[in-house]
Amino acid sequence: MSTAAVQTKTQTLDAGGLYYRDLNERLLELVNEGAETVEILNVNGQRYLGTNLQRPVRLIVHGIPGNDLGAFMDGPQITVLGSAQDGCGNTMNSGSIIIHGSAGDILGHSMRGGTILVKGNVGYRVGIHMKEYETVRPAIVIGGTAQHFLGEYMSGGVLVVLGLNLDSDELHPTHFLGTGMHGGVIFMRGRVDASYLGKEVGQEKMDDADNWLLQRLVQEYADTFKVDSEGIFSVPFIKLVPRTKRPYGQLYAY
Amino acid sequence: MALSYISPQFIIERDASRCIACQVCVRQCANDVHSYNEEDGLVSSHSLNCAGCHRCVTACPTQALNVRLSPLDFRPHANWTPSIITNIYKQAESGGMLLTGMGCDQPYRIYWDHMVLNASQVTNPSIDPLREPMELKTYLGSKPEQLEFSQSQDGLELDTEIGPQLELAIPIMFSAMSYGSISFNACESLARAAQIAGTYYNTGEGGLHPDLYKYGANTVAQVASGRFGVHLNYLNAVAALEIKVGQGAKPGIGGHLPGEKVSLDISRTRMIPQGTDAISPAPHHDIYSIEDLRQLIFALKEATHYSKPVSVKVAAVHNIAPIASGIVRAGADIVAIDGLRGGTGAAPTVIRNNVGIPIEMAIAAVDQRLRDEGIRHRASLVAAGSIRSSSDVVKAIALGADAVYIATSALVALGCHLCQRCYTGKCNWGIATQDPYLTKRLNPNIGARRLVNLLRAWSLEIKEMMGGMGVNSIESLRGNRDHLRGVGLNQVELDALGIKAAGY
Repeated sequence: MSTAAVQTKTQTLDAGGLYYRDLNERLLELVNEGAETVEILNVNGQRYLGTNLQRPVRLIVHGIPGNDLGAFMDGPQITVLGSAQDGCGNTMNSGSIIIHGSAGDILGHSMRGGTILVKGNVGYRVGIHMKEYETVRPAIVIGGTAQHFLGEYMSGGVLVVLGLNLDSDELHPTHFLGTGMHGGVIFMRGRVDASYLGKEVGQEKMDDADNWLLQRLVQEYADTFKVDSEGIFSVPFIKLVPRTKRPYGQLYAY
Repeated sequence: MALSYISPQFIIERDASRCIACQVCVRQCANDVHSYNEEDGLVSSHSLNCAGCHRCVTACPTQALNVRLSPLDFRPHANWTPSIITNIYKQAESGGMLLTGMGCDQPYRIYWDHMVLNASQVTNPSIDPLREPMELKTYLGSKPEQLEFSQSQDGLELDTEIGPQLELAIPIMFSAMSYGSISFNACESLARAAQIAGTYYNTGEGGLHPDLYKYGANTVAQVASGRFGVHLNYLNAVAALEIKVGQGAKPGIGGHLPGEKVSLDISRTRMIPQGTDAISPAPHHDIYSIEDLRQLIFALKEATHYSKPVSVKVAAVHNIAPIASGIVRAGADIVAIDGLRGGTGAAPTVIRNNVGIPIEMAIAAVDQRLRDEGIRHRASLVAAGSIRSSSDVVKAIALGADAVYIATSALVALGCHLCQRCYTGKCNWGIATQDPYLTKRLNPNIGARRLVNLLRAWSLEIKEMMGGMGVNSIESLRGNRDHLRGVGLNQVELDALGIKAAGY
């Protein structure tokens, strides 16, 4: 492939001062023109990046993208060289989001496919109502820790919280963890107080399949953010699962 | 098992001289009311399970069956009515919330029935719709503040950009009913009818079955709190999107499709695991304010390249006028309001019967508020929550709606007998069920034809009423409350509806 061809497949877009609607439209034009990688510079709060691009394009975001980064996203691979705000990966179908900083609330809300990796911490209600079906299973790996209601209403998918920035005796601050959970699995590395768990959540022993899955996801995290995966596995994980697939089966008189 | 205190609600009368023991009733009843005894060759009935849906009566080839309300009476008591007593028995036996289907069955005042329409006499001529054109065409979507034109060689050209609109041949759409709450055949009946009649049906929050994508141009797709089946192909396959915030039958609460109804097909359509409860939480997790609602509206617009209108559906509640104002300011192109008597596939009885306000009051309040604020043009208003006839449609539009949603009326056209047992999944009419033995009773071709007939009949009646009023376009009727008068209403009610009393 000639250098010129490679260059046209990698494009640069300056988002400075652009309204989100204009930025996303410009981005779509570049992708329609054949760009495979777009470096977006000076991003400052623009919403819905990646939402309307239904193909496996690479976006490298320099700055802080706005809410609903990758909402309804189907295909793109987004790398954020900074932090992300709320609603990242909202109802995401496929693709990946890698955040080199921290992320806000409801990360991965109703997400049903793809992967999100966050190097730092995340806000409240992360992974809320995540789903899975048939062979599609989303995953979120968080390097730091998560705020309350992590995995609320979760009905599928995998949530991994590594707690790498916690002291060895420090508890995850996550209260009401997995409240209303009726599917999926959460792996927490480090100390979780049993009284912080939602009442629908139970703890289960890890089996070979869990270890294999966790190994794969942690390795992906370690490779992406250049950290040592062996060090991560020096601290044990606990596995949290729903007690029942039908938490609300006994509410009604027929 | 302890003795149940619940007595049969219906009596099944079987005329022995007519019954030929053909067992049609046995096969037709999913509630196992009728049974055949091989020893004596007779069919008998166990009325306790009877839902009062009349399927057996309709199917009986010799008219041997009748179903009546049981004459069994408690000692009369104006306060402790039979239904209140029976409900307590049920709850004492089960410990559960009472569940019901369809709209509120309590005798709240139905304001449609206390409003009368005007007609032209002497001083202005009525119009004969049989010989003169009557326009029912309605466009739903945001309208510009003003229109700007410029002169060109070809004449006047419109310079103002007009946002995406839904074009309705008649101001009636089919309201949201999900695949899951109703059968695939019921969904397809609605979709086909919408296509033939030039209007729209609504997916509810059950996703869009692959076999229904071909009706996309006549489909409104919902995005609700469960986000079931919501993905880019779904959003882009349809004519409009609707964010469902609330439903008239159950304002403020969520719902769920029980795990046993989440079959392989429904699991694929909703994109959720098979056999788990499909939970629709009460709020959207990403909407806690008008600003958040705006964020979701524009997420949907971004996802669909600003090519289709976005509706926001809410239940009619006490402060509906400022709520609707906020929705319009959030950028919604259509505001759909569902009243107290709106239907449901399943809701706690206590919610259905006690929460929300009548749609008549809500439409009047919202239309007035949006006019007062000068933003009425920015969104269309759709009234839902028990539109039972063409006169309800006309009165809703005269009160200020642009169009109406019908759902219960549509299901009645498909055979629903209002037995209010949708939540059991045993609908003998093949509507509110996923049991293949029951769903095949509803043929989508026949269903679509019945729905199209209903819409045709109503549009003829609407034109007659309009002609009588001397109005030849539905546009001229919208919000024209001078065409309404109240009968038997007090002054507070008249003021709330913004209409005069009959005689004034």
